[in-house]
Amino acid sequence: MPVPEVPSDQEAQVQEEHRRYWRTNLRVLVVLLSVWFGVSCLLGIVFAEPLNRIQFGGFPLGFWFAQQGSIYVFILLILFYAWLMDREDRKFHVEQTGQPADVEEDA
Amino acid sequence: MDETRLWTFIVVGVTFALYIGIAIVSRAKTTGGFYVAGHGVPAVFNGMATGADWMSAASFLSMAGLISFMGYDGCVYLMGWTGGYVLLALLLAPYLRKFGKFTVPDFVGDRYYSNAARLVALICAIFVSFTYVAGQMQGVGIVFARFLGVEVTWGVVIGMFIVFFYATLGGMKGITWTQVAQYCVLIVAFLVPAWAISHKLTGNPIPQLGFGSALQAGPKAGVALLQALDEIHRDLGLPEYTGAFIAGKKSMLDVLAIAVALMVGTAGLPHVIIRFYTVPTVSAARWSAFWALLFIGILYTTAPAVSAFARVNLIQELQGKPYSEVPAWVHKWEETKLIKFTDHNKNGAIDGIKRMGLPDETIELEVHPDIMVLANPEIAHLPPWVVALVAAGGLAAALSTAAGLLLVISSAISHDLLKRMLKPNMTDLEELFFARLAAGLAVVCAGLLGIYPPAFVAQVVAFAFGLAASSFFPIIVLGIFSKRATKEGAIAGMLLGIAFTAAYIVWFKFVHPETDKAAHWWLGISPEGIGTLGMLLNFAVTLAVSAVTKAPPQDVQDTVENIRYPREGRHPERGEGI
Repeated sequence: MPVPEVPSDQEAQVQEEHRRYWRTNLRVLVVLLSVWFGVSCLLGIVFAEPLNRIQFGGFPLGFWFAQQGSIYVFILLILFYAWLMDREDRKFHVEQTGQPADVEEDA
Repeated sequence: MDETRLWTFIVVGVTFALYIGIAIVSRAKTTGGFYVAGHGVPAVFNGMATGADWMSAASFLSMAGLISFMGYDGCVYLMGWTGGYVLLALLLAPYLRKFGKFTVPDFVGDRYYSNAARLVALICAIFVSFTYVAGQMQGVGIVFARFLGVEVTWGVVIGMFIVFFYATLGGMKGITWTQVAQYCVLIVAFLVPAWAISHKLTGNPIPQLGFGSALQAGPKAGVALLQALDEIHRDLGLPEYTGAFIAGKKSMLDVLAIAVALMVGTAGLPHVIIRFYTVPTVSAARWSAFWALLFIGILYTTAPAVSAFARVNLIQELQGKPYSEVPAWVHKWEETKLIKFTDHNKNGAIDGIKRMGLPDETIELEVHPDIMVLANPEIAHLPPWVVALVAAGGLAAALSTAAGLLLVISSAISHDLLKRMLKPNMTDLEELFFARLAAGLAVVCAGLLGIYPPAFVAQVVAFAFGLAASSFFPIIVLGIFSKRATKEGAIAGMLLGIAFTAAYIVWFKFVHPETDKAAHWWLGISPEGIGTLGMLLNFAVTLAVSAVTKAPPQDVQDTVENIRYPREGRHPERGEGI
């Protein structure tokens, strides 16, 4: 996949965009991993005992988070990340353009 | 029974023919096709393949039963074996896909510019995969023995033949498309009995909701299922089903340590990671992590409901009942030695139910955890073809995981050891030949481990996750997120992480198994959870040693910069400019 030559004054701009993309990505990761940790380790485990005194549609709440809720949240977290990063990739012009060079020809 | 066996032969035969057919259609012609299916698998299908790759005989047959005896504590498996996908999707998969080579040792060796690091990684990959694959082949043999009356040995041989055929012929390409078919078989096989039992017990056919609904019949009719289960447990003097950290259950710190070790271990298992090399783009790697967890989550949110239903059924139908009045399925599974009744007090009634193998002489009925899934169709009075489907589902789960693991072993030998270290000049066709040879040999070794299982198979499962957590995960994450992580840091971190974790597990599982109790554990953390500390140790050592050693060469730092952005950019090796 040939990539067009970019003059050096534009290269600085590209590098700045890359820096901002990576910072955005790191911020998103911190937020999403906090949710990941909060739901599984805190709601599902550390606070399971007090939450179990609350009933949630036939479930003790701590038990529900530990055996059901955390898995739903995990799925939603990845869905959100995949959707958001597709958008951010385009915004910072780092999305993959054509097919990668090494796709096997014999498919 | 004969009708059931006929159905089982038909269903298993049809699914096997399907797997072989797929293998013939999707033969690999290059190493790229053999190792990573030519990077050409669409995200949704890679998600399905990952689901089948991940969900083993243990997930399909044993997990629901184990949780049934553990109650709340079962959350370590549920969260542990799903939460790792969040780490994979956010911290590993997109970057490893951008890196774009074939194996995990590839990344470790190139990123840490060191063949020593590559060697440590490839030994870990082979060890972890063999540990895991032995259990799968055993699972294949057991399903054949229970459902088809074939001897375990012949069951394993048939399983070996099928895997040998599509793994050596099709490589990753063949494995991927058979795994897609295997996912469909195993999920249907798991859901159909679960729907029926949920409907029978609670009137709601969706297990995830039935789990929280009121019981429809029996002495506790009208009471919410989990509340009824807690009351029954209290009446029997057992710890409450939903209770956390109470007497007779795991401590909070141990639950936390095990859950984290399994999550991080999942994210570090090579056969899971390489699935993300097979998709065409970085974006597809992220999406396929989503699809994978969605497809896995369908089984993992159903399983704990099946556990609770099975617990209610087991206690209501058997506890305290005269042995002469038990339902027919009990006698059927007694024949296979998965249920065992010993009338200690000679009163003819079933006093107490325990998990098979646990020491307690006053409890009279011993039940193997696998029963909860295996006997489900009979407990719910489902037609024989459903029993056949469960057999095919168990085989699909075991074979798909075995194939994924065998590919890791084969690529570690032909690619990482031969091509990258010993014979760098060999051609693609030669490498492909060695890949097939290694896959074939690995199948034979795995089959032998399945026929003559070493006594320690059950104990080494903690090893696989502990080692994956304490070796691969920290150095891959640091390799992506820190340009400053050095080869000295990574090697020291991996070795110390593994040594610490392995020493702790070996001490409690092999050297002094009699002391494997909470009172003797360090900080109250069991060998199953020690990988969490091993991982933290690896992180700390890698960072500390990296800080005092010479920074990685510029081209390595450029590679790290490059894998952070999906767009193909500067890539000196491929001669690309920006």
